Amino acid sequence: MIAVFRREFASYFATPIAFVFLIIFLFAMGVFTFYVGHFFDTGTADLMQFFAFHPWLYLFLMPALAMRLWAEEKRSGSIELILTLPIPVWETVLGKFLAAWAFAVLALALTFPIWITVNYLGSPDNGVIAASYVGSALMAGAYLAIGACISAATSNQVIAFVIAVVVCFLFTVAGAPLVLEIFQGWAPLPLVETISSFSFLAHFTAIAAGVIDLRDLVYFFSLISLFLFANVLIIDLGKSG
Amino acid sequence: MLEIENLTKHFGAVTAVAGLSLSVGQGEVLGFLGPNGAGKTTTMKMVTGFLAPDGGTARICGHDIVSDTRAAQMRIGYLPEGAPAYGEMTPREFLNFIARVRGLHGAAAGLARDMAVARTGLEAVIDRPIENLSKGFRRRVGLAQAILHDPEVLILDEPTDGLDPNQKHAVRALIRDIAAKKTIIISTHVLEEVEAVCSRAVIIDRGRLVADGTPAALAARAASGKLDDVFRQLTSAEAAA
Repeated sequence: MIAVFRREFASYFATPIAFVFLIIFLFAMGVFTFYVGHFFDTGTADLMQFFAFHPWLYLFLMPALAMRLWAEEKRSGSIELILTLPIPVWETVLGKFLAAWAFAVLALALTFPIWITVNYLGSPDNGVIAASYVGSALMAGAYLAIGACISAATSNQVIAFVIAVVVCFLFTVAGAPLVLEIFQGWAPLPLVETISSFSFLAHFTAIAAGVIDLRDLVYFFSLISLFLFANVLIIDLGKSG
Repeated sequence: MLEIENLTKHFGAVTAVAGLSLSVGQGEVLGFLGPNGAGKTTTMKMVTGFLAPDGGTARICGHDIVSDTRAAQMRIGYLPEGAPAYGEMTPREFLNFIARVRGLHGAAAGLARDMAVARTGLEAVIDRPIENLSKGFRRRVGLAQAILHDPEVLILDEPTDGLDPNQKHAVRALIRDIAAKKTIIISTHVLEEVEAVCSRAVIIDRGRLVADGTPAALAARAASGKLDDVFRQLTSAEAAA
């Protein structure tokens, strides 16, 4: 698994993908925070404006990171190589996912100047900011697990990207008023609550408020496990032709 | 060393491999012949654990590929059709990765890599990205990957396809060189190759074994004494029936 992880992580840097991604990621974070979020005009020393845009950025950037994980192997035929090496499928799935996640966490970590900036400008609650970073990293993992799973189902990276964005979008907005209103009129309350409990936004917002609740952690880890498990199943299904 | 037992595979309504049984011993170089679509590649994919058989199994040095997949895969070196590899890696990085996955570390890994590189003549291109290499070199990278861990069983799907006459000669010399201690299966369309390197040849047609013997014995079946004529007789007769 470590060998798979190392190869996959290094492959981001072997091509311009890593640098293009990091630049766009940091640039987009900056634009959203300062221009759309009016970071300086809020007059408060916190990073709420910064973290508020993470789900929406991840919605596009995480599927872009995950789309090649399996689709590329299928297209080039190297999947035949990796699946005939003596490593269990689950180790390959986990190694690939962890490589993508580590890369996403690296990108997130490179936003540290904004943390320094807000500390220079005022005295924010650094506990809340730390919790928000943890929540953001977990949410990125959930998006990547979805993207990896969908990538395993196709040999076309564009299809993998588009479908992953759609699925991630559904998970992101599940708790938004717009979606819930559709159900509220007729669906029983427990169903509405179940749908809203699937929302990335709800769980991320809860963590970003500074409270790392066990339920939110369980939610993200269960979601990641579920999609990685589905990923293994899809690969096994492919083996039976 | 390698026992194939009643191996069967269907793709929808099409039967790709229909109850194939075959036993190959140490020191044998088996030429695996048959027209396109006869089931050669499908058989190899099942023997190496890439595809799950619908019926039957294969045993590699006594290890069942279906129930004891990892142990069986550890003993196989496999060159898939088209010699897939990770294009962005250099042969050095790629072979290091294969060594790690094969459980070789440190000096042992370096030694195994250098040996495989020397045997396949990759020294000149060892630090160039695989995607920039010629078809011949890419095929040799695939071969190097297959022999790196000094496996007992080698399964090579069209190892000389796309090589120039000099490169073909080099690959055949390599196969003859290591044949004594190994069990080797080579699928090929090139009948002269069978006469050049194989100690035994089987012809399969529509998933069934239609001939089995030394290349000379098979060739003697035709009035002309040529292997191509036997090949055409056996396979076209089946197709017409």
